[in-house]
Amino acid sequence: MKRVASSLMMAALLSLPAAGRAAGKVSDGVVKIGVLTDMTGFYSDLSGPGSVLAVKMAVHDFGGKVLGKPIEVIAADHQNKADIASTIARKWFDEDKVDAIMDLPNSGTAFAVMPVAAEKKKLTILSTAATTSITGDKCTAYNIHYTYNNWMLANGTGREVVKSGGDTWFFITADYVFGKSLEEDTANVVKAAGGKVLGYARHPQSSADFSSYLLQAQASGAKVIGMANAGGDTINTIKQAKEFGITPKQTLAGLLVFISDIHSLGLETAKGMYLTTSFYWDYDDQTRAWSKKFQNHPDNAKKAMPTMTQAGLYSATMHYLQAIKAVGTDQAEPVIAKMKATPVNDFFARHGVIGPDGLHRHDAFLVQVKSPAESKYPWDYYKIIKKIPAAEAFPSVAAQKCPLVK
Amino acid sequence: MSVPDGVQESRAAWRLGIITPRRKKIFFGLLVAAGLVLPHLVYPVFLMNVLCMALFASAFNLLLGYTGLLSFGHAAFLGTAGYVTGYLLKAWGLPVELGVLAGTAVATLLGWAIGALAIRRSGIYFAMITLGFAQMIYFLAVQLPFTGGEDGLQGIPQGKALGFIPLHDPYALYYFVFAVFALGFGVIYRTIHSPFGHVLRSIRENEPRALSLGYDVARYKLVAFVISAGLAGLAGSTKALVLQFVTLTDVHWHKSGEVVLMTLLGGMGTVMGPSVGALLVVAMENYLTGFGDWVTVIIGSVFVAGVLAFRRGIVGEALHLVRNFPF
Repeated sequence: MKRVASSLMMAALLSLPAAGRAAGKVSDGVVKIGVLTDMTGFYSDLSGPGSVLAVKMAVHDFGGKVLGKPIEVIAADHQNKADIASTIARKWFDEDKVDAIMDLPNSGTAFAVMPVAAEKKKLTILSTAATTSITGDKCTAYNIHYTYNNWMLANGTGREVVKSGGDTWFFITADYVFGKSLEEDTANVVKAAGGKVLGYARHPQSSADFSSYLLQAQASGAKVIGMANAGGDTINTIKQAKEFGITPKQTLAGLLVFISDIHSLGLETAKGMYLTTSFYWDYDDQTRAWSKKFQNHPDNAKKAMPTMTQAGLYSATMHYLQAIKAVGTDQAEPVIAKMKATPVNDFFARHGVIGPDGLHRHDAFLVQVKSPAESKYPWDYYKIIKKIPAAEAFPSVAAQKCPLVK
Repeated sequence: MSVPDGVQESRAAWRLGIITPRRKKIFFGLLVAAGLVLPHLVYPVFLMNVLCMALFASAFNLLLGYTGLLSFGHAAFLGTAGYVTGYLLKAWGLPVELGVLAGTAVATLLGWAIGALAIRRSGIYFAMITLGFAQMIYFLAVQLPFTGGEDGLQGIPQGKALGFIPLHDPYALYYFVFAVFALGFGVIYRTIHSPFGHVLRSIRENEPRALSLGYDVARYKLVAFVISAGLAGLAGSTKALVLQFVTLTDVHWHKSGEVVLMTLLGGMGTVMGPSVGALLVVAMENYLTGFGDWVTVIIGSVFVAGVLAFRRGIVGEALHLVRNFPF
């Protein structure tokens, strides 16, 4: 009996170093991804459950295991409140052994979680948050901004619309930081491209009645009306512009419009509108194949096509897991270094490179919404006007002025 | 009052000798002991959040439960103090204590300004005036450059308490927050049980009668409002320190509604009720997030069930049970 006990002890002791080594490779024996998103609010259609699905699909397609350890995905609803987002993030890192937090719609929650992750030396991979300063003056060493940002939206739409003849602009702007910075960014681009800004009207967030702003826009005689607002405000602006007969005489330019918005508006209302997107499901065979898989997935209750942020999350998760596999550990520093060192070329990103500031620069598209007559099949919504190469689509590393980059 | 509530219950329990000074001492002793041990058992950041909201709800209860004034704009004090503290710590590099004090002081002043106008009316008009002022504060928070608008004010440094206790350590920070909570709670407790508190209760029960007895009702109400605003500010400043950011959530009217929910759920007009309510609401918000879409439905159902089944609130109902229990 004694011998059995002592040999068991020996065996236990011998197995210790091996266990220790394995723990050094993958912390806590599991790679855990937390999707922190808006499940019920107004970002839930463009991110929400679809974001969780995209990450889960990526994990499934990767094989569910990396370095011999399982990959787990957990999700939570931050209800668009920064304090809830930050508390969940802390708890995930401290107690639930989460290695990376993804998505984070609305920049308020992103800015709340990024410093927590940096403090705990864990990753944040943002997809739905849009503010340019995420990789600018507020950048952190543990963050990657994967799908798009305000600069991309403003530049793509502003510059290309001016080039194609829309050289006089009027802005309808949501009267808060996001709206004003989007308006300012776009106005600068329009002026730089040789266009003219004839004026602007500012409206409070979540307005129901846009008539006075639209009439000002109409009276200005501008060829293009830029909508520097988001969500329900953009949808109301588009609907009422149609009711007032402003479109199609004047063209609308959406500065933050997702395919899910077009789907709920309908083509009759949205037709002719310009917008910039980093992903369109019907671009080539690769995008179609992946998007149909996403659409027909049993967990996709609405059978909706993916938005750019959802497609971006799939690509980001794959890139993350491949980096873990390549460096042989899930520790944040080497994984991030590997992610930045490896170019991304998949169904989502073309010519994608993650810069030292954490911004993923890749090709984007300027598109115009089709009219009902041009649309041949369900979700056939966009005409691709121009492919914007990565270097023009995103701000340069120098322009971002991230304090980490010297 | 026709609606049964915690005030009557706790008074009855006192009269019947169920609450005695000795038992009270033991009870609060146990609470302090629990407060000191808990961070080693439960996640400290969550506990700090609960303590801040508990102080906020207790300050609100001073007004609603003991003075009978329903303010629907208390988030203005919470948020303003948070922004002031956050800005002073971040941009001016003030010591932590001064930052928290400054936030509290600004909230107190704001409470005086809003209170002086609001107490001229009562009932729903009072609630609407406070809501109106709170919306103005919200507008300022959206528009003023130093608040960061909807992005919020981030990266508030935690610094060192008393010059040597490093607050970035979660346990040190917890004990700091616990001390602040104990202080604020003590002020509320003293206020309730002072002669001043008795006058407040008489105003609540029968305002014309208090007036006819010669009390300057308006002044009493104003002082209660200012104390409540100041302590709500203390909670907001502390919260800013804990989370290291302040966002529009803290000044939004949802927060004003949430504090009403906490107070009613826990037990309006009881000393411990608001804290219990705060614990429950914060726990639901944080631990139910895994349910996704269902969180809001669950919180709503709990509230409806609470209001229908325990009209005195959880603590009020517990006191009622104890009172009818033959000892």
